[in-house]
Amino acid sequence: MNSETKAESTLQADGLVNGGDGSGRTLDLAAGIALSSESRQDILLQAEDLLVRRGGVTVLDISALDVFSGQVLALIGPNGAGKSTLLLTLAGLLKPARGNLLLRGERIGNGGFDYRRHIAMVFQEPLLFDTTVFENVAAGLKIRGVGRAEIGLTVPEYLERFGIAHLAKRSARKLSGGEAQRTSLARAFVTKPEIVFLDEPFSSLDPPTREALTNDLERILRETHTTAVASTHDQAEALRLGDRLAVVNGGRIVQIGPAAEVMNRPADEFVASFVGVETVLPGRVVRISDGSFTASVERCEIEAVGHVRMGDEVFCCIRPEHVTLSTNASPPGTSARNVFPGTIRTITPLGLFQRVRVDCGFDLVAYVTRQSLEELSLTEGKSVTASFKATAVHVIRRRE
Amino acid sequence: MDLILEGIRKAFYLIFTLDREVLGITLLSLRVSGTATLISLFIGITTGTIVALTRFPGRQLVVSIINTGMGLPPVVVGLFVTIFLWRNGPLGFLEILYTPTAIILAQAVIATPIVTGITLASIQNLPANLRLQILALGATRVQMIWLLVKEARLPLLAAVMAGFGGIISEVGASIMVGGNIKGYSRVLTTATVMETGRGNFDIAIALSIILMLLAFFVNAILTQIQQRERPR
Repeated sequence: MNSETKAESTLQADGLVNGGDGSGRTLDLAAGIALSSESRQDILLQAEDLLVRRGGVTVLDISALDVFSGQVLALIGPNGAGKSTLLLTLAGLLKPARGNLLLRGERIGNGGFDYRRHIAMVFQEPLLFDTTVFENVAAGLKIRGVGRAEIGLTVPEYLERFGIAHLAKRSARKLSGGEAQRTSLARAFVTKPEIVFLDEPFSSLDPPTREALTNDLERILRETHTTAVASTHDQAEALRLGDRLAVVNGGRIVQIGPAAEVMNRPADEFVASFVGVETVLPGRVVRISDGSFTASVERCEIEAVGHVRMGDEVFCCIRPEHVTLSTNASPPGTSARNVFPGTIRTITPLGLFQRVRVDCGFDLVAYVTRQSLEELSLTEGKSVTASFKATAVHVIRRRE
Repeated sequence: MDLILEGIRKAFYLIFTLDREVLGITLLSLRVSGTATLISLFIGITTGTIVALTRFPGRQLVVSIINTGMGLPPVVVGLFVTIFLWRNGPLGFLEILYTPTAIILAQAVIATPIVTGITLASIQNLPANLRLQILALGATRVQMIWLLVKEARLPLLAAVMAGFGGIISEVGASIMVGGNIKGYSRVLTTATVMETGRGNFDIAIALSIILMLLAFFVNAILTQIQQRERPR
């Protein structure tokens, strides 16, 4: 067995994971690096052959799923795809018709509270108890029979962590949406769970609150080295929080792997339409100058705009419609800061336009019209110059 | 007009001088209806919670029966309790017909479906995922049920009030199974009926004022509860 995990090899056996070029190989540079770092990880939670039926209909059918210790697995998929069902099943809150869960290789018995005391779950709604913020955060500890003295020490620490220390005595009835969800998160983390399940925790919050909470969650996950499985239907959120992505559709995992790999190498049409519309390049900030910055991506440098710090790990996302192709070595009269010579690897017709994948040292996807394709007489293997503006790069900061 | 004014004047005199008979009747009423409410809470909260949290064949029918029971006519309850407690009835050996205990029994039968129905509704009205959230916090089944009931405590207080309010002002069953025996099984409502029949309006009005005050307090507390918000 090589460095791949069991889940991924199972998926490969099903023909579900393959390179974007259809060759079935995933071992390009980015994926190779990610896989070798993954192989060092211990598997914390494993699901085998999970089947959940509701009203005679199969709502979840997962042949294998691994959650690595200390990592965040982001579940992404449309509404009704089975993300919540999968989370509830993994949390031991929904009994599958078939299948096993293993925590550190040990089978989890059905329905017991033993396993549930190792985990925590945060739902979309805060689901607070009708008492004070302090008592809400203390709830999990009280359930475990932790003494008053210890609660008095632990709870304030987590109130502080989630920025709600000043609300300790406030009634849960008098909180804003963001404050309530912070309380819910603190209540989950205070028990020091080995694994946290988050079911679209921020999707009912307004954008600024959501941003602040995502930042805090990201920081706390990093500080506490907590393993997490989080569902979202927002791909930017998935990229920010997730070390790995699993795309869920129709109750199945259609693709799973390191975040950048799933984004850049969608396994099928569905994944492509759902997540894979962008080129996503992992890079590191190497220079900052006056509003814009330079990130080193593989062996190239990309200029982009955004608030970053030196040394930050970032994802540079470039939408295919923002990439211009030209047959001149240096296209005249353009303000594009990013110009890369490359070779066309594949051309795929995609409805009204053509999807052109260019190898510039990294893979870049461009959309061109059929007319441009003919005018420039683009063919596979031809040398072209790809360019895009610094402002066309959507920058997502990664967790360290 | 004089009749009413004189009645009210005398009524207040009876209340404020703590007339022995009025006081005795009031205390007995509170004791009987209070005990019956406690019994109905014990049975009603347990049954309501179980029905709310379980799924079994025929559950729909059970819920319908409980909801019908909430509007059970007191005289019908009085009739059946009397039959059961009658000398040759199934519970005749208890020999409690025409005692305060019989009134407690009848009133508990009236209040239990009310408490059960309100418990059922309030537990079901809790957010659907709250049960899962509590389990995810590591709770055992028993802890989960306890926390849910605790969460529903405000609407359950409404159940207490509705149950108590329903039976303290009930007259039919009390008179049928209690017999309205002076100084023994005479409660506010049965006394009011009798005193009115005799033309003793001052005592009847005094008793009515006490009843209305009780009804007012019950409703004031209920309104307070209903105006509160649930946490997010």
